[in-house]
Amino acid sequence: MNCCNQKPIIELSAGEKLCKSHFTEYFESKVFKTIRQFDLIEKEEHLGIALSGGKDSLTLLHLLNKLSKQNPKIRLTAIAINEGIHDYRDKTLITAKEFCEKNNIPLHIYSFEDEFGMSLDDALKILDVKPCTICGIFRRYLLNKKSKELGFTKLATGHNLDDEAQSILMNQFKNNIQASARLGPKVGIKHAQAASGTGSIGNKNFVQRIKPLYLCTEKEVTVYAYINGLLDNFNECPNVSKSYRAQIRDMLNNFENDNPGTKYAIINSFLQALPDLKGRFKDGEINSCSNCGEPSSKDKCNACKFADKLEKAKVTVKS
Amino acid sequence: MKIKVFYDRENKNKTIELYNDITVKDLLKKMNINPVTVIVSKNNDIIMEDEKLNDKDNIKIISVISGG
Repeated sequence: MNCCNQKPIIELSAGEKLCKSHFTEYFESKVFKTIRQFDLIEKEEHLGIALSGGKDSLTLLHLLNKLSKQNPKIRLTAIAINEGIHDYRDKTLITAKEFCEKNNIPLHIYSFEDEFGMSLDDALKILDVKPCTICGIFRRYLLNKKSKELGFTKLATGHNLDDEAQSILMNQFKNNIQASARLGPKVGIKHAQAASGTGSIGNKNFVQRIKPLYLCTEKEVTVYAYINGLLDNFNECPNVSKSYRAQIRDMLNNFENDNPGTKYAIINSFLQALPDLKGRFKDGEINSCSNCGEPSSKDKCNACKFADKLEKAKVTVKS
Repeated sequence: MKIKVFYDRENKNKTIELYNDITVKDLLKKMNINPVTVIVSKNNDIIMEDEKLNDKDNIKIISVISGG
């Protein structure tokens, strides 16, 4: 069914076909409704935006910038991590810088090279680890640590519905349901709740993360980015094809093609189960790393463990 | 008829031979591309799967998958 007499540009999984202007209205109102529904942003915030320069984070920053202009007490600062992936991150960071300059948004960039003494590309030459494992651990570590240093009240990420559906399935398939208790549109708890011991899984050193694009499919984000001039040339991380996530992503996309609405069904059923999951695993309080003080379920966090491995490997290579 | 198509994921132009009156859906099927993973533009406007194509169209297939 068409929305009006204008030419449609997208068909939603429920079958409705939307023109450019009705899609824009639908997409923006869905994101702002998500923010209200899950209480993602309060009246006064200093939001950090995890910016990669890809379509998801640019779309997120574009929309939050609109929100910030209407609500001046919501301040935005972008934060980017340069992992050191040749011919990939260097390109997306140029887009990120250009967008922030044009829109007058402060941007802070931190690199693996400066923080861990080596780029991801170089680390992978001397360490026998899966790229996405070490990259994800170092990236999350830096985002949390720097968010605290920059005084963010929350960190907003560009995770979309596809990302979340993939994560849910990955945790199911790996029998790691506890990890799913740490998913959802809002992750972690506020400092005050952590200090008083109320709330769910949390740690006072963990900056609360929010996902305003939680209910938007990857295709919807791409269409919005395209019609708003936020879509750059195709750029995929060279390491992604090796990942478990990429296998789940492809499987899920094939299933969605045969059974439209599957991704929404995964998210909707997960949201119904999430309060129970959070309740069940709230005793699994996250502690702090004895080395760096960052959140960790064990004595030493994974970032410190990998940093140690990297140091040892460097010594071995030199000798 | 022959249609010139740019597929961003492969960063190259391709010439695809198809019957007349074919649609975007037929083109994607011929190229073995899952429609869920792409959007398609004709002369820079996004088009739907049921849109008919002709040999003068400037077709781009844009991958929705990005990042890591």
